[in-house]
Amino acid sequence: MSRIASCFAALKARNRKALIPFVTAGDPDPALTVPLMHALVAGGADILELGVPFSDPMADGPTIQRSSERALAHKVRLRDVLAMVAEFRKTDAATPVVLMGYANPIEAMGHDIFCRDAQAAGVDGVLTVDYPPEETAAFTARLAEFGLDPIFLFAPTTPEARLEAIARQARGFVYYVSLKGVTGAASLDMTEVAAKLPLIRRHTGLPVGVGFGIRDAETARQVAGVADAVVIGSRIVQEIEQSPRERVLDNVQQFVASIRAALDK
Amino acid sequence: MQMYELPDASGHFGPYGGVFVAETLMAALEELKAAYLKLRDDPAFQAEFAHELRHYVGRPSPVYHARRLSEKAGGAQIFLKREDLNHTGAHKINNTIGQALMARHMGKPRVIAETGAGQHGVATATVAARYGMECVVYMGAEDVKRQAPNVYRMKLLGATVVPVESGSRTLKDALNEAMRDWVTNVEHTFYVLGTAAGPHPYPMLVRDFQCVIGNEAKVQMPELVGRQPDAVIACVGGGSNAIGLFHPYLGEAGVRLIGVEAGGRGLASGQHAAPLNAGTPGVLHGFRSYLMQDADGQVIETHSISAGLDYPGVGPEHAWLKDTGRAEYVTVTDDEAMQAFHDLCRYEGIIPALESSHALAYAMRLAPTLAKDKILLVNLSGRGDKDINTVAGLAGIQL
Repeated sequence: MSRIASCFAALKARNRKALIPFVTAGDPDPALTVPLMHALVAGGADILELGVPFSDPMADGPTIQRSSERALAHKVRLRDVLAMVAEFRKTDAATPVVLMGYANPIEAMGHDIFCRDAQAAGVDGVLTVDYPPEETAAFTARLAEFGLDPIFLFAPTTPEARLEAIARQARGFVYYVSLKGVTGAASLDMTEVAAKLPLIRRHTGLPVGVGFGIRDAETARQVAGVADAVVIGSRIVQEIEQSPRERVLDNVQQFVASIRAALDK
Repeated sequence: MQMYELPDASGHFGPYGGVFVAETLMAALEELKAAYLKLRDDPAFQAEFAHELRHYVGRPSPVYHARRLSEKAGGAQIFLKREDLNHTGAHKINNTIGQALMARHMGKPRVIAETGAGQHGVATATVAARYGMECVVYMGAEDVKRQAPNVYRMKLLGATVVPVESGSRTLKDALNEAMRDWVTNVEHTFYVLGTAAGPHPYPMLVRDFQCVIGNEAKVQMPELVGRQPDAVIACVGGGSNAIGLFHPYLGEAGVRLIGVEAGGRGLASGQHAAPLNAGTPGVLHGFRSYLMQDADGQVIETHSISAGLDYPGVGPEHAWLKDTGRAEYVTVTDDEAMQAFHDLCRYEGIIPALESSHALAYAMRLAPTLAKDKILLVNLSGRGDKDINTVAGLAGIQL
């Protein structure tokens, strides 16, 4: 069983929901990324989503765009991100790590080398934002060969026929984008989320995570009422951005702990 | 090479093109594709488009024999396809009319666009005013500073211009931001993309709207000189004016297709915008094509004296035409383009856009190597009024 699958199985046995925070690798600087990953786990994260910085993050709002720019200012490359995961794995063998990013850095490295090196580093899943299933069957198969779970997004606008096509390629968990828009946009429509999830579950037995637009403990708690996992990105990146460097780890850990407490209430 | 039926159903030109966007945009692109495939075969829509091109844009644009310029070059005869005479001064409006009509048919009251130099923004703001639509134009903050007259034009036409502060604050970032707007407001918003690039179906539909250029030329050249030209030449940024001229000529085996990229300060300097000549294949802005990128897959900043060519990618059909060898892609430097700009002003009384000056410069280079009875057709894709501040600035003159 993959690390992601066993993580969800263990949570289910304890009747808990997964908390999946997102940070961009190399933000605010490369030296802080591995300590941040550990702080997220200490705060109560179950799975980590690590953003791979890209020059043109088309699906991201201003907060994550800025985090990508800060990381790129430190010349953080995909291979550096993999090295950070390997470093994290030295002291945490259990927490699954999902890379989230865009196609071009992966293509520049080459699919085969990426899969090999990501597996070696201890990556568990890969979410490539601009690789829809229509374009990515070969890559998805490659990921699977290396024991890496391809994670896919569902959107509020995804028609039912596509739900099925995406579900066929998805492994690990699926990620429901809870609003029309980019990451970090303001509002999440709980009614819409609650209505859409049963439809998704009809097409996949995988755990369903919900993200985009979850900014506080109360929303997280509501989402956890219908989803298997809660993904929080921009709100955490904002915490990193607004904290003095020496406070980043503590502030992020405290914020994640507050969400954890709400989920476990 | 014969005519081909590309892109295929999934939007590919060989290995290029495709749909590389987040799931949040897939439904919008499907809706757009379905609408386009229907309207493309609808005689009423095509008649409406043709009517607008004739009565609002002023088409057909003439083909003009640049005799004095040809004499100066000393070889082949240079003819100009006068897209500069279109309403708003460039080929861009062919496409914005087509897309605005689509928006109207799809019931979308709001249009958005990205713009670099501002030409596509002005062309979009123009048709939005013409059809009574709300219009928002995204423009890199750097470009807003450099292109103040076009920003003001768009405002006069009733558009809202949003400066984009992310990334390199230029055209590519404006495109990212327009996509983000579209994702958020997809129900009532139509994204008027300005070049034959982006995710499928944009490269196809922009090409089809721009093919009026080549279709007219194919009729006009035999009328003027009794035959088709030996070569057609166009500048390539995203590549919409070039594909509009090239595509109707694909099946004419005797006609060379020559695309001219921005060589900037020279390919060796690294400061250019010539992905077909010096880039590698990659994925940006929803499609696969040649791309200016570093070894780690980050998109790098480009340079051209012409803002309209200052883009790190290129339309996927050009990538395909390059690989198949049907079209040739060359570069000219900033300096060569400037020389051609001045030559056309002085020898023909036409002030060309700096973009189009690249195509002219290559024609001036090629003509002397050919006999006097050879014919080159250059797409004069836009006029240069917008560029006079840039040109004056280079001469140290403050207007």
